[in-house]
Amino acid sequence: MKKKLVSLMLVSVMALSLVACGSKEEGGAPAEDSKPAADDAAADASDADADANAAPVAGENTFVIGGLGPLTGSAASYGNSVKQGAEIAIKEINDAGGVKVGDTTYQLSLNFKDDEASEETVVPAYQSLMDDGINALLGTVTSGAGLAITDLTFQDGILQITPSGSAIACIENDNAFRICFTDPLQGQAMAEYMVDKKGLKKIAVIYNTSDEYSTGIKDKFEEVVAEKGGEIVASEAFQKDDVDFSAQLTKIKSTDAEAIFVPAYYNDAAYITAQANDMGMSLPFFGSDGWDGVLAAVTDPAFVEGAIFLSPFLASDDSAKDFTTAYEAAYSATPDQFAADGYDTVYVMKAAMEKAGSIESADLIAAMDGLTVDGLTGTMTFDKSGEPNKGAKFIEIKEGQYAYTAD
Amino acid sequence: MLTNIIEQLLNGLRTGSIYALIALGYTMVYGIAKMINFAHGDIIMVGAYALYVAIINMQLPAIPAVLLTCVTCAVLGVVIEKVAYKPLRKAPPLAVLITAIGVSYFLQSASLLIFGATPIPFKSIINVPAVKLGSVTVSGLTIVTLIVTTVCMIALTLFINKTKAGSAMRAVSEDKGAASLMGINVNRTISMTFAIGSFLAAVAGILYICQYQSLRPTLGALPGIKAFVAAVLGGIGSVPGAMIGGILLGIIESISKAYISTELADAIVFGVLVVVLLVKPSGLMGKNSTEKV
Repeated sequence: MKKKLVSLMLVSVMALSLVACGSKEEGGAPAEDSKPAADDAAADASDADADANAAPVAGENTFVIGGLGPLTGSAASYGNSVKQGAEIAIKEINDAGGVKVGDTTYQLSLNFKDDEASEETVVPAYQSLMDDGINALLGTVTSGAGLAITDLTFQDGILQITPSGSAIACIENDNAFRICFTDPLQGQAMAEYMVDKKGLKKIAVIYNTSDEYSTGIKDKFEEVVAEKGGEIVASEAFQKDDVDFSAQLTKIKSTDAEAIFVPAYYNDAAYITAQANDMGMSLPFFGSDGWDGVLAAVTDPAFVEGAIFLSPFLASDDSAKDFTTAYEAAYSATPDQFAADGYDTVYVMKAAMEKAGSIESADLIAAMDGLTVDGLTGTMTFDKSGEPNKGAKFIEIKEGQYAYTAD
Repeated sequence: MLTNIIEQLLNGLRTGSIYALIALGYTMVYGIAKMINFAHGDIIMVGAYALYVAIINMQLPAIPAVLLTCVTCAVLGVVIEKVAYKPLRKAPPLAVLITAIGVSYFLQSASLLIFGATPIPFKSIINVPAVKLGSVTVSGLTIVTLIVTTVCMIALTLFINKTKAGSAMRAVSEDKGAASLMGINVNRTISMTFAIGSFLAAVAGILYICQYQSLRPTLGALPGIKAFVAAVLGGIGSVPGAMIGGILLGIIESISKAYISTELADAIVFGVLVVVLLVKPSGLMGKNSTEKV
């Protein structure tokens, strides 16, 4: 009798997972997921009821979030942070019972692929995500890679939310939204902060000419500084993978610059600050949000002491306490801004699902307009442009730690 | 302004002397084995990682770590020659060239597998404070780099010109057949050349990593190419040529970065190479010959 019951359960489980295969998702992976559940049911007949109920949830009512970001290479820190932040959010949501859309409750799952922050790698990575079957795209983490797939995601009509792709064109299409600031907005905020708040008039800039993110910030920054009566005394360029900044720094040294603004990623910032220190320069450094993570990349925190950069998130702040605790427990690392962006992206997707009352891509995209989400990185209100419309915060490196600036 | 020019020249001299150290390896191997060892740049990378392993994983003090690094690279150079190039000694030059590129990829991929692609921050082991001469600041690392490269170059010149082994090297590079008839062990001389070249690359790797403090599997590629250009500029096969070529290249690069354009710096460097080769195809110090690469 018991055996019959078990086999009946097994059959129903298999049938349900077949249904999952037949639904609009390709469902290869979810169907496989349900197999161990079926095995459990066979092994433990008394719990079979519960397991049989759980299995179709994993197979059918799963909302798969595709993720794209660099997990290896020079920008790996960003990708890993975003992925881990998103995993924390997904775990929280699933543990709380999932996302209720209409009459069905969805569990979230993440399918994250490495794009190496490269325009070449991201396209096949995105295509393989689409082949696996995803309901929405979290990505890309970096702007350059993002620009390579914006048209593809638009053609596929899928909801795309980039946690940290800050180039203007990343969200040009109607299906794309972002959690972070835009490049020009960062440039403007930093210019206002340096000239108005810090009273700096003569500023040197070191930027990466081969990167949209860096040039985007730098162009607006120089424009706003000039408007405010400041002066850009040196605007020095470098290129991707450059490691030697001594020529640029020596040139800045001969000017009467009062500060150096470096809109670049943390690895470049680490090289620049170390070499400036080596040359006996003591000018204060200012940076963009790409500086987040710089403390792990420098060999001596004294190189970046006193540096100020723009960032919407600080792990030691009270508002982020629960997230930081969960993140530290799971990954034994302190979450950075990118982790918070990844976390917020998942919650924005959840809010969109609930508002849309559907998981169809078109409904989700429509629901994004006017959606307000109170996230770790501030209160975001989305509009058709795709911008999150939120305020800026500044972080200073004090005694080898990140801290919000007093002003 | 003058201060600035002097500081830029010093920057160039520092990078240039690292190029020169690497270029010596290219030029010596070319002189003796008549091949371009494209894996040479990756020996720098191996040197940098070896230092990292010695200091961080094995907790060695600086001096033994540096010695261990140099020995590791010298042995690696000899092994590469024995395994990859020796069987091809009679093969056409193209086969050897492609093998060299293969070895280069092998080394890069091996370190990618072992250490991963994420750059590893690594603190400089050279901690010499900067020195102020009038208004010019000279960083401690620049001083150490200049001293180390000068010592290496003098030692190498003395070795090649004053010792028996050095004479053997010169003889083999002059005429392999005649040298072996004179009782010189050609195979051993070639191994020695690879060992010395790789030793110098290890020194360059150590100086490089102390300067830039970040380890990546591809860190040897760019200095490797630049040093190759330096060797060709100075006249490949000529030891003083490699020294002059390297230093010249570093200075041109630094000055054009500082006073012309950062984006154009590489174009200018390679432009100079094109002009030199047009005017004097054998390079600045090269002997005129009809050798084909």
